[in-house]
Amino acid sequence: MSLAISDISKSYGRFPALKTVSLFAEDGEFLALLGPSGSGKTTLLRVIAGLETADAGSVQFRDENLLAKPVRERGIGFVFQHYALFRHMTAAQNIAFGMRSKPRRERAPEAQIKAKVEELLALVQLDGLGKRYPSQLSGGQRQRVALARALAIEPKILLLDEPFGALDAKVRRELRRWLRDLHERTGLTTIFVTHDQEEALELADRVALLKDGALEQVGTPEELYHEPASAFVFDFLGDSIKMPCTIEGGIAIIAGAGVPIVGNRVLENGLATAFARPDAFTITTGDAPGIAARVRNVLLAGPDARIDCGLEGGGALEVRLDHEQAAKLSPRDKITLLPRTVRVWPAS
Amino acid sequence: MPGFWPALGFTLVYLSFFLFLPLAALALRPWEAGLDHVWGVISHPRTVAALKLSFGAAFVAACINAVFGTIVAWVLVRYEFPGRRLLDAFVDLPFALPTAVAGISLAAIYAPNGIIGSLFAPFDIQIAFTPFGVMIALIFVGFPFVVRSIQPVLEDLEVEVEEAAATLGATRLRTILTVVAPAITPALIAGFSLAFARAVGEYGSVIFIAGNLPNVSEIAPLLIVIRLEEFDYAGAAAVGLVMLMVSLLILLVLNVVQTRVASRGRA
Repeated sequence: MSLAISDISKSYGRFPALKTVSLFAEDGEFLALLGPSGSGKTTLLRVIAGLETADAGSVQFRDENLLAKPVRERGIGFVFQHYALFRHMTAAQNIAFGMRSKPRRERAPEAQIKAKVEELLALVQLDGLGKRYPSQLSGGQRQRVALARALAIEPKILLLDEPFGALDAKVRRELRRWLRDLHERTGLTTIFVTHDQEEALELADRVALLKDGALEQVGTPEELYHEPASAFVFDFLGDSIKMPCTIEGGIAIIAGAGVPIVGNRVLENGLATAFARPDAFTITTGDAPGIAARVRNVLLAGPDARIDCGLEGGGALEVRLDHEQAAKLSPRDKITLLPRTVRVWPAS
Repeated sequence: MPGFWPALGFTLVYLSFFLFLPLAALALRPWEAGLDHVWGVISHPRTVAALKLSFGAAFVAACINAVFGTIVAWVLVRYEFPGRRLLDAFVDLPFALPTAVAGISLAAIYAPNGIIGSLFAPFDIQIAFTPFGVMIALIFVGFPFVVRSIQPVLEDLEVEVEEAAATLGATRLRTILTVVAPAITPALIAGFSLAFARAVGEYGSVIFIAGNLPNVSEIAPLLIVIRLEEFDYAGAAAVGLVMLMVSLLILLVLNVVQTRVASRGRA
């Protein structure tokens, strides 16, 4: 075990930002801290880096107590959401900053620093742009300079705080893939914070989902997606549709129709809430058991067609179908909706 | 941009009435008494001494304000403490206080029998009624400029940048010198220029604390008033013109330096 976070607590005044959070990371692991805003994910990252002090708990790297050291001696690379580049320094000077900050005895000769800067510029695919100032670089380029700057100190761990949060969607996706490659090449233990579930599921070896300062579930992306531990996890990891249901003998009864339950959750007979993804619905025209609705709109742009349905009992929901099926539907059609399977949690 | 001509026209008319015409009058006035008289006035040892004192003391005062104004701005921006808002409001007082009041108050406490003056008197150091006194008054009037110039820049400075420096292994001192200082330098130069300009032209507060000994603690603006009282309008205007030229030159240089420094790192 490379990094062990044990029972970290932190409050701001009366507001508890972290409640006894424990988490570990293996050597070379790529770990995502996922959660809505205010869930404490950034606070946890800042505690590890030393930018925030924990009220209780410990952070251990191999056999070294990290919390006992000041920020600048921790040797942890930190990348900020808004880059935090030194504006009056060129990209190359930014990258060299950490190496030039070392005490004179440990500092590498200037020629070596220059060579290392060139090497890092190449690593982040910014060859030849070392003389540019941050204002002369695009958002994606700035974030890569920030990453190179953090890597320059040869950190034990790399921490990324919503590294792509300030970038537009296309650049985000490119950088995501690129970061994954970079991680495979450097093999550096990396923890990154994000509120974007897609990003976490795509990038991370393991995802830790936080809610209100506590861990909700930790596991591989597959585990989280296919075996969500709570309604919150299911809801957070993708679009979800909630329906009231009754449990009878291990089957969910929704609007009079029985739907099989997936997941190993055993519920007693009685009222509960069923959850399904928008693409897990069967739509039948004409009378069938299920949720009676009327098509309000059919949206055909996108990989899936989206059907906006007005429910007979009031309310609306949007389901996804493939284009072939969607082509048979038109606005004002009377339809019946039924999820093929559901997950069930106690009624909230 | 639409509206350029009316906007420029308005600006020029406005500046003409309040700036260019009075300055033109000042520039034209000295010559009516002849070149010899003008040269006689400005090369007079008393005039030279007064000009040296005015610019020298203003420069030193602006330097001192640059250092301590920066510290005050830092404290006001970076720390939360009871009374911070009140302290913040106090910074502007030298703007509002009649300068004569300031001068008399300063003279009272820095005089050999005043609260502060009496501390120095046993060592034979006299503050009021010497060039030191001039400097004290100029520090007082120029103080708000540096604080108010730096404050907004410090407020805008992202704490994250300093945190980044710390995670990269920089000591606090290195962070201040290499990360914070370059960011506030343009504002510091601007504040310095304003404090300096204000101090060069200061009259009201200085004359009460300076003692006004010719060749020693007599400032140029006072000399102008003395010349006016002697009905030597051309001579007064000649000294004024020299002050104007020197000030303009210094401010232009500072402006160029400030623009240069500020443009570092901008596209």
